[in-house]
Amino acid sequence: MPKITMREAISQALMEEMDLDPAVFIMGEEVGVWGGTYAVTKGFYDKYGPDRIKDTPIAENAIIGAAIGAAMVGQRPIAELMTINFAFSAMDYIVNQAAKLHYMFGGQFMLPMVIRAVGGGGRQLGATHSQTPDAIFAHFPGLKVVSPGTPEDAKGLLKSAIRSNDPILFIEHATMYQVRGDVPEGEYTIPIGKSKIQREGSDLTIVTYCKGLELSMKAAEQLSKDGIEAEIADLRTLRPLDMEPVLESFKKTNRAIVVEEGWKSYGVGSEIVSRIYEEAFDYIDAPIIRVAQKEVPLPYNRALEQAALPQVHDIVEAAKEVLK
Amino acid sequence: MAETINMPKLGFDMAEGLLVRWVKQVGEQINEGDVLAEIETDKATVEVESSASGVVLQLIVDQGTMVPVNAPIAVVGEKGEKVDVAAPTAESGKQKADEKPAAPPPSGTQQTPPTPAPVPQASAPADGAPVKASPLAKKIARDKNINLANLQGTGPGGRVVRKDVESALSSGQSSVNSVQSAQPNYQLPITTHEDKVVQTTKLRQAIGRRLVESKTTIPHFYVTHEYKMEALMDMRKQANAYLPDNEKLSVNDFILKAVALTLRQFPNLNATIKGNEVIQFGHVNVGVAVTVPGGLMTVVVKDTDQKMLRQISGEVKAMAARAREGKVRPDDVDGSTFSTSNLGMYDVEDFIAIINPPEAAILAISSAREVPVVEGGELKVGWRMKTTISVDHRVSDGAEAAQFMQALAGFLENPVRMLV
Repeated sequence: MPKITMREAISQALMEEMDLDPAVFIMGEEVGVWGGTYAVTKGFYDKYGPDRIKDTPIAENAIIGAAIGAAMVGQRPIAELMTINFAFSAMDYIVNQAAKLHYMFGGQFMLPMVIRAVGGGGRQLGATHSQTPDAIFAHFPGLKVVSPGTPEDAKGLLKSAIRSNDPILFIEHATMYQVRGDVPEGEYTIPIGKSKIQREGSDLTIVTYCKGLELSMKAAEQLSKDGIEAEIADLRTLRPLDMEPVLESFKKTNRAIVVEEGWKSYGVGSEIVSRIYEEAFDYIDAPIIRVAQKEVPLPYNRALEQAALPQVHDIVEAAKEVLK
Repeated sequence: MAETINMPKLGFDMAEGLLVRWVKQVGEQINEGDVLAEIETDKATVEVESSASGVVLQLIVDQGTMVPVNAPIAVVGEKGEKVDVAAPTAESGKQKADEKPAAPPPSGTQQTPPTPAPVPQASAPADGAPVKASPLAKKIARDKNINLANLQGTGPGGRVVRKDVESALSSGQSSVNSVQSAQPNYQLPITTHEDKVVQTTKLRQAIGRRLVESKTTIPHFYVTHEYKMEALMDMRKQANAYLPDNEKLSVNDFILKAVALTLRQFPNLNATIKGNEVIQFGHVNVGVAVTVPGGLMTVVVKDTDQKMLRQISGEVKAMAARAREGKVRPDDVDGSTFSTSNLGMYDVEDFIAIINPPEAAILAISSAREVPVVEGGELKVGWRMKTTISVDHRVSDGAEAAQFMQALAGFLENPVRMLV
């Protein structure tokens, strides 16, 4: 299998789906002539032209609103948010319109739309442009939230998202576009709403997704040197949440930590831990620890920013703590 | 005809009991002898049996209520009968209020408040403090019938985790009630330098109260005597050859019998003092102190002097087992007239015990040991055992106690006398 970057994997998915279905089009800030802030759509404008690659004004509510309207009349829009932090400007459209129209209109409309949004910290973009608010969006029934951690998953999941008839928020991490990984040649998709064991181990389960997967894989290598074999369960989709592989793994290891980049309080980790308590109580051998971002607005200063974000050593320490 | 069930008096000095849990609910069928409720006294959590058959018509008091002895707690009768008995707690509360009319109450009183808070965990195993264990460890222990209290937890703060239960399983330790935790794999204890606050159990508190009262109000004196045990050890060996494993006689069984027979000759030590009167009991009921989780309880062999060794042994075994499981019956702990405490299994040379009020004396029994002895001017190896009697000086004097100890030798050193 060829090793390609996350950026290439996402580009491939977009291009393949655009080639397959003329109803698919892309809109967003600087996606056309400029080729995307993270260069994901470089060359698209020349290939598909301004009708299918639309540069928009800096108005996120307009971008999402237009995408909703297009989806309601049968198009398959892919709306790009330069960062997920701008989704707050379009919050009403995302959670009140996109997530609920199908339900409110008794199923008369489908919303086959994808919102691609770039999230996460670590690029010194300051407190308002570095957030990981995934849990907020995963809170709303009606909206699917996908956030891959490998190029292979990114490509397969994005293709499924574009083909889906439901509104999907597809969250990519700002620091992961250069991450390389094996991606199968040729056509493939990965179903939305399926978690996956990314690494096998017997001593503890690390539940994570997106950037947390990258960090957890490194932590697992370190732990392995100390004779600790961590099993890593990658959620890949936050809603609908697939707990089956997680619970299966936990019933084997009986100990777990949850790693996410967002803040700890009311976060993805809280949800996972609750589910384990509810569905696998008799298998718990130690309190489950959450590794997450420190409870501060993310600092701009590089050292402080890194101190606030979860790091590999935090995961290693937490793993050793639950194994005490 | 509806019958009222009252709070039983389960001990000599029991004034009230905490109704921990109703086992039967209103409308349920109940037969005489069925367990109706669980109550907690100073000594133990015990089951109250119904004295009538029929349908539970009314539960007069709520769970968690402190109820005076002999106050009605439930009504049993025929289905459809109309009954309405007022709860007794209001009355007893009023009484207490009458005794201490002025508010605020005097500081430092240890009186039980009229309406105590419910004790939700009281229906848990008599163990007292819950065992700290992970849900998984608890589940395995439940499935494999292991007593978690016997395990040494290696998790944080001593938490019992899967590994601990599994190593106990693999080392073959599966007995539910082994008192001493057999720990074949010696593990280094985890050293922490943090102070640990341990909440005392109700039983521990009761022991504390009673023994402070005993040691501070009863003038104790002590007499120690050493007994030649060869004959008794021989006889025990002979007797046990005829008995199955689970009925073997212990040294203590012989001592109980000997003590009971000796007490017949010394009624003044089988007694209690009340003001200016000493009441010498007509029955000789010897109490046996039993170690239980969270403390100590005294089970009682009724009419010890009248019973055969085998019967004494069987009763003590059964009562001790019930006491350790927290399933002791009121009758097991009630009515002792003289107590014994035996630390023989711990290789103890000698110790003294605190009198178990309202009794007049207690006998502390140490280990029978092989020691060098002088007999007829020659140094030999012999079996010797020391016991120490603690006596209430208001009731008796040193001479009488010493004579008792000498008379006891008559049975312990010539055990065949117990048989005739």
